[in-house]
Amino acid sequence: MEQKAIVSLKNINVKFDGEVILNNIDLDIMDKEFITLLGPSGCGKTTTLRIIGGFLEPDSGDVFYDGKRINGTPPNKRNVNTVFQKYALFPHLNVFENVAFGLKLKKLPKAEIKEKVKKMLSIVDLKGYEKRAVSKLSGGQQQRVAIARALVCDPDVLLLDEPLGALDLKLRKDMQIELKAIQKMTKKTFVYVTHDQEEALTMSDRVCVMNNGKIEQIGTPIDIYNEPANAFVADFIGEANILNGFMLQDFKVNILGAEFKCVDKGFGDGQAVDVVIRPEDIEVTTPEKGILTGEVTGVVFKGVHYEMEVKTRGCVWLIHSTVASEVGSQIGMYVAPDNIHIMNKLFPTAYNEITASVIHADEEENSVTISVEGNDVEIPNTYYEKGTVLKIKLPPEGLKIAGNGIGQLNDAYIESVIWKGEYNEIILESDERKWIMRSAQDEQVATYVPICFDFSNAVILPVDREGEDEV
Amino acid sequence: MKSKKLAIPYIIWLFAFTIVPLVLIATNAFQGSHGGFTLDNIAKAWSSEYLHALLYSLEIAFVSTLICLLLAYPASYIISQMKARTQAIITMLITIPMWMNILLRLLGWYILLQNGGPIHTVLSLLGIDAPILGTDAAVVLGMVYEFLPFMIMPLHTVMSKIDRSHIEAAQDLGANKFNILRKVIFPLSVPGIVSGITMVFVPSASTFIVTKYLGGMHLMIGDYIEAAFLCADRNFGAALALTLMVIIIIFMVITNRFGDEEAVGV
Repeated sequence: MEQKAIVSLKNINVKFDGEVILNNIDLDIMDKEFITLLGPSGCGKTTTLRIIGGFLEPDSGDVFYDGKRINGTPPNKRNVNTVFQKYALFPHLNVFENVAFGLKLKKLPKAEIKEKVKKMLSIVDLKGYEKRAVSKLSGGQQQRVAIARALVCDPDVLLLDEPLGALDLKLRKDMQIELKAIQKMTKKTFVYVTHDQEEALTMSDRVCVMNNGKIEQIGTPIDIYNEPANAFVADFIGEANILNGFMLQDFKVNILGAEFKCVDKGFGDGQAVDVVIRPEDIEVTTPEKGILTGEVTGVVFKGVHYEMEVKTRGCVWLIHSTVASEVGSQIGMYVAPDNIHIMNKLFPTAYNEITASVIHADEEENSVTISVEGNDVEIPNTYYEKGTVLKIKLPPEGLKIAGNGIGQLNDAYIESVIWKGEYNEIILESDERKWIMRSAQDEQVATYVPICFDFSNAVILPVDREGEDEV
Repeated sequence: MKSKKLAIPYIIWLFAFTIVPLVLIATNAFQGSHGGFTLDNIAKAWSSEYLHALLYSLEIAFVSTLICLLLAYPASYIISQMKARTQAIITMLITIPMWMNILLRLLGWYILLQNGGPIHTVLSLLGIDAPILGTDAAVVLGMVYEFLPFMIMPLHTVMSKIDRSHIEAAQDLGANKFNILRKVIFPLSVPGIVSGITMVFVPSASTFIVTKYLGGMHLMIGDYIEAAFLCADRNFGAALALTLMVIIIIFMVITNRFGDEEAVGV
């Protein structure tokens, strides 16, 4: 599929009310491909689509269409059509009039309009529906009218904003296949937005995984599934065991204290990494033959395979196997080296590092107060004089989501939540920085939470500031 | 069952102050001054003098409604495109004049328009030396001033409810601003136009207070109704009122029919 890029986004940045929605997006959309923008809600995928459609102008960056810069060109002058999330069919027009809307604006002769609409309605399987009122159609039918209305204008690029979101599961599956078939038949570029990873894998030539305004990975569905770029992508696409590990040396990784062979190199010795193992890649053997042993704690029959939960060294692994082991039995686990995927951690350090000066010191109470992003935070059982600069290493356990809703730092944005077999590893973004924390609870990505600090296990050291005598 | 019980006070109200008066008007209209059934009042109401006043009323009401619509439509559209907060403030500002007594407002216009008043003076300085007060123009001006909010409100409500995605869809399909207005916003705002027309046309056809202050040359049907009742000829007053009512009902049926056709499925 060697092609030219039909739409190119270069260094796109968008902010709403001071919040970063898109952060330096670079994306080439190839001619006649089916590309999916995939990500959790709030990741910026719809914003990206609206920029291509011309409904939104980026704060900075360039949009190219067929090599020409089209920033500032209004939607009606772009050869791009959109299928809107809730279809946005015109309620005062019937099916024919809806589909003919764009053609009438182009002032085509009546007979030609009639013929084109008829042909398009038969493509979307709505032959004979011309005179029906759109409000009387089912969700799936409205959906197809929306597709016909956009496609009949013969755009080079069709933008689809979660078009199947409102349909039930059965209809979704049918429409996925139908959409892919329509794309093949009409030979158009489809840019598809969804938060459903299965939908993305089923339909796309390429998938662009987005999170928190950034592109995490672009690739074919197979690439993205087999070679996820980081733990976020691995977690978002399909099921995966994502584990903490560290590299012993090239081609050797330590997971839960056991040594696994792998095919990755180039990480520093002893470097902490995220390890991804797909559930179907774990081979169940006898305890003696396994690299790790564990106890089966749950088995669910899934039709083609059994889904087993295996507890090993405090961590729960998910295994897909065609052979069931009994609950309570001990099994061995083996993973072939090329099924172990090693990647850099999402968060660069294992600790939250805070550098702040003491703004208030209380000798009697044995506590100091520092300022974190403008909020006063008290550290008990610590005393340094006012003005001392402290370097604090706060472990992930030292951050908590405030249960009462009043945090020391409010409105931290949850960037990712990744289950590490024992706990969720959560990366948060506040106004000025990012934080790592652990939680047994499942938190929702792209929401805002208040957080509290617990310094009981923190390492707090004063920093000497050069050239300052006064303390 | 409970909700039905709650409706009882309203039903009583409706009966006492809507149904009974209507029946009284209807019976009075067909009664002579000494009782007994007669068609004389109705016949008098349709005589050329009163028919003239009726047509004049309808004409003034029609012109006022049209001007209100022409003024209110773009205004409502512009308001509906603003931020929610600004919209709330502006709609409040539009209703503020209505917080004042209608007589005071009309008296205000009387002072502004009278010979030697500010508007008349400015116009005569510009070389247009004609009395304004007492003309049809002054009556229409008063009507428009009185009833414009009643046109803006329903239009604004309907327009602010138009889904933005419909406008974006039209834009996406190649519509420029004019086409969006003509092919999407206008058809989707027809229900607002219909209720706006009703809310302006009906009161302006039957009012008498505006002509009383600002008119002079012609009397509207409302003035005659008032005069009839003041002269203790309530049977004739009732006949006039009934005639006007029937005409307004016919007008409303036509308007609503038009609205239904335009706004299928809205």
